[in-house]
Amino acid sequence: MTATRAEYCVIACAEAWRDAGEILASPMGLIPSVAARLARLTFAPDLLLTDGEAMIVDAEGTVEGWLPYRQHLALVTGGRRHVMMGASQLDRYGNQNISCIGDWERPKRQLLGVRGAPVNTLNNPTSYWVPKHSRRVFVEKVDMVCGVGYDHAGSDPVVGARFHRIPRVVSDLGVFDFATPDHSMRLASLHPGVTVEQVTEATGFALSIPSDVPYTREPTAQELKLIREVLDPSGARAREVAV
Amino acid sequence: MTAAEAVSRLESGMTLGIGGWGSRRKPMELVRALLRTEITDLTVVSYGGPDVGMLAAAGRLRKLVAPFVTLDSIPLEPHYRAARERGAFELTEIDEAMFMWGLHAAANRLPFLPVRAGLGSDVMRVNPGLRTVTSPYDDGETFVAVPAQRLDAALVHVNRADRQGNGQYLGPDPYFDDLFCEAADAAYVSCERVVDTVEFAKEGPPQSLLLKRHVVTGVVEAPGGAHFTSCVPDYGRDEEAQREYATTPWPEFAAQYLDGRTT
Repeated sequence: MTATRAEYCVIACAEAWRDAGEILASPMGLIPSVAARLARLTFAPDLLLTDGEAMIVDAEGTVEGWLPYRQHLALVTGGRRHVMMGASQLDRYGNQNISCIGDWERPKRQLLGVRGAPVNTLNNPTSYWVPKHSRRVFVEKVDMVCGVGYDHAGSDPVVGARFHRIPRVVSDLGVFDFATPDHSMRLASLHPGVTVEQVTEATGFALSIPSDVPYTREPTAQELKLIREVLDPSGARAREVAV
Repeated sequence: MTAAEAVSRLESGMTLGIGGWGSRRKPMELVRALLRTEITDLTVVSYGGPDVGMLAAAGRLRKLVAPFVTLDSIPLEPHYRAARERGAFELTEIDEAMFMWGLHAAANRLPFLPVRAGLGSDVMRVNPGLRTVTSPYDDGETFVAVPAQRLDAALVHVNRADRQGNGQYLGPDPYFDDLFCEAADAAYVSCERVVDTVEFAKEGPPQSLLLKRHVVTGVVEAPGGAHFTSCVPDYGRDEEAQREYATTPWPEFAAQYLDGRTT
């Protein structure tokens, strides 16, 4: 069985929650949602998942707990959560924007608003999912810092960034992290079929590129079966990432 | 009281909190009644949905305090976007948690509450009035001191209420409706059905009794009063009606929406 690009993306997102223990996985977007449930069914069996509303559900969808927004916000500050948010813009230090494009005072395009990105990034690990890697998303500088990046988090623990961490960014082209001396973005793996040139061409800033870039790992036969037959039998993932 | 009577207590220039979340359990009948008045120049405080979209489109906002505006199934609120892009009102954009703690501070009569959120983000840049506070204990950490968000009035919608102003929610999430009422000088609660107090126990468990009468000023019976937003278990979101709202130019939509024939 050959995996599709969308399926490599599922694997790459799921890996964000490997061995995470008893924490809440908060996926935003379809592929991260499939990925969190895959992780829960395989290598991260202790994960907590929600139904997207106020219920905590197990892998089969059985309600095991209650998490209304007020408790969800409290759980964030307790740190027992790893969220994977979307990003309209993302820069080399992992600053994220979902608020607006252009000058905030009079935006060219109003988007969602900062939502919970400021509180998320200072309190629990925050990863990002970008279904369409392009220079419009991967920019030199975001127009509005919603999710805090490494350059703004600083190293001084008294500025409220002691729990700041961006474990990974997953796009339709590859996986990225900040494992560099200055915490600038690094290409961590390419999805099979993607070249380094494709990635650099679609990125609006200079990525750190290791001399030997690995490929995103292959899904196991069991993982593919779960994705295709249990988690996303209608194939909705292909609408988020084609190819 | 009626929705019209409730909004007749409001005035131009007030700070108004609106309950619900996104396109979920919004007090739309009260918002509609408000749109039928001449009241304007409002500061609206909301986890924003179509309530914000409509008031913005109708030009009633002087200022909005919100972490987002969304229709949930339609991520970007088109009427809000258009109004924001033409600079129709002032915006105080803060994080979801900062917003909640601002209401908590108001409800607890505190000037502010410390929050580990906002620092490092442009929330600080676009809200130059925000101050920080340093822990007086050994850790010495710096936090944002989120100012209390007092409200002149709150508008919320729940599933059941009695005539005294006790309110019951029967869906999965209370959102922050109790907090809005506690942070406000006056709170107007619309509900799907007014019931005798004795009925509450049959409708749901004790913890479903969200709103207490000492923080509620008036109750409005408004069946379908959250439509087209969701009000489970009474009804889910009317996606078709929401789509129509989202794709119809505001003046055209308003002409129908405000004439009283549609619900």
